[in-house]
Amino acid sequence: MEQNSISAKRKAYIVLMRSFIAVSVALTCGLTLFLIGYVLISGLPHVTWSFLTTTPSILNGRIGILPDIMNTIYIILATLLFVLPLGVGAAVYLTEYATNKRVVAAIEYAAETLSGIPSIIYGLVGMLLFTGIFGTSLIAGAFTLVIMNLPTVMRTAQESLKTVPQSYREGAFGLGAGKWRVIRTVVLPGCIDGIITGCILSVGRILGESAALLFTAGAAHKLFGLFDGLMNQGATLTVALYFYAKESGEFDIAFAIAAILMLLTLMINLSALFIGRYFKKRRAL
Amino acid sequence: MMGCRKQAVETVVHGIFLLLGLITVGCVLLITAYLVVSGIPAIREIGLVAFLLGDTWASTAAEPSFGILPFILTSVYGTAGAIFFGVPIGFMTAVYLAKMAPPKIKTVVEAAVSLLAGIPSVVYGLVGMLVLVPGIRVLFHVPDGASLLAAIIVLAIMILPSIIKVSVTALEAVPPEYEDASLALGATPIETYFKVSVPAAKSGIAAAVVLGVGRAIGEAMAVIMVSGNVANMPSLFQSVRFLTTAVASEMSYASPESLQRQALFSIALVLYLFILLINAALNFFLKRSKEG
Repeated sequence: MEQNSISAKRKAYIVLMRSFIAVSVALTCGLTLFLIGYVLISGLPHVTWSFLTTTPSILNGRIGILPDIMNTIYIILATLLFVLPLGVGAAVYLTEYATNKRVVAAIEYAAETLSGIPSIIYGLVGMLLFTGIFGTSLIAGAFTLVIMNLPTVMRTAQESLKTVPQSYREGAFGLGAGKWRVIRTVVLPGCIDGIITGCILSVGRILGESAALLFTAGAAHKLFGLFDGLMNQGATLTVALYFYAKESGEFDIAFAIAAILMLLTLMINLSALFIGRYFKKRRAL
Repeated sequence: MMGCRKQAVETVVHGIFLLLGLITVGCVLLITAYLVVSGIPAIREIGLVAFLLGDTWASTAAEPSFGILPFILTSVYGTAGAIFFGVPIGFMTAVYLAKMAPPKIKTVVEAAVSLLAGIPSVVYGLVGMLVLVPGIRVLFHVPDGASLLAAIIVLAIMILPSIIKVSVTALEAVPPEYEDASLALGATPIETYFKVSVPAAKSGIAAAVVLGVGRAIGEAMAVIMVSGNVANMPSLFQSVRFLTTAVASEMSYASPESLQRQALFSIALVLYLFILLINAALNFFLKRSKEG
């Protein structure tokens, strides 16, 4: 009925817009599916147990990515160790202590700026700042990533601190607790979901990062323990992928690493989704 | 006595948190200071005009020449191209997600978009190298597919998630009364979305575009893998070098204290200034969109 009452011109406009939307949605979803499928199909056949658990050796003609996996884990641990206290602390300051509006605005503007800086610039600054102190090493890379992930952790912690009900704080103050005690016992436990989400987001970013690590963490494939590893050069999975693909043209290995990265990205996304839901449900109770 | 100690603890803790709060400000100042200090010397030696407007980059030639106009133009054209392809697709997808999609489909598509955002840039580069570059070579009959066009396509895909997410947030914040009023006056849903919701969310959508610009201009690794990396003036089917890739490709072998290395820092400084400008624009639009 109502469809008949509109002019042909309006009908054409509606059809046109609808088809634009359909094409765009199809493109977005199709591209995502294609990327996942292509990478997994080209990469998974080359992922073998020995590929995952050995070190590369030219003598034996063997290629393994165990050192790259370990380097990635080390750098994630080292980065989180520093970025969590810094980021959560900054968020606590902003929501619990800060009274001066200008200071808050300055901090938030700085965080915005940090999250807009491209990783190649972080790489350069990290090279100037940290490789001078530690040499080219995983720890220099980790410190670079700390600055890079600071805004993410701060933002997520801040969001969840805001959801801790004001009455909890007032109740604790009313019982005679000092500010620090309230933060320790009431506020921080209340924002654990934000901290976990921040962790997951940071792990995702660290996993995918390459430009910032190229000049700070180096590209070696040697296997070390945690502490020696942090003090030595090492390639993470993404950096290793870059070198295998771009410098040595070994696309099978590059795709195998890409497939592993893709699976890890999938896992990180899913866990972020589920943890978000879990905490939402728990909060609703 | 106890109260006095407690007071002291509180003061110390307050001080610690203040320091932690100011750490982001400190980082920005530190980054800016380092880039300015290490970027200025080469610009002084080469001359600002010769550096910014010189059209030849030959850093390792016998008579080296350090003009970065090709990089600046490539970055600008590449970003413009990525926006040209990425924004319409992202924007239309956002309209669908925010206004039309059934909840279940919305969850799935949004998960796909987050995944797209999480894929490491080297993976985009790898797929681009093996699918896009040969594809362009065959399709357009050019000798080498590693070109500005390949970089534009990869960047357009990479900025999709940012554009979609920010636009969806902006579109969802439009008060339902606006749309109800439009529907009640006889406009169809599609007309309502494009003639009422979109104009109402225009600041947020502008912020999405600016965010996309920032992402595109700052991307290095995916671009270095598909753009061929020769310091040509930009042209769609030629091998080109961006501001980011100029830094990435020569930093590993530039000898310390050389003018070449210093010039790379100057390129980074130019890139940083671009980013600061983009950030300022982003903040402007976000603020305006918050104020409605």
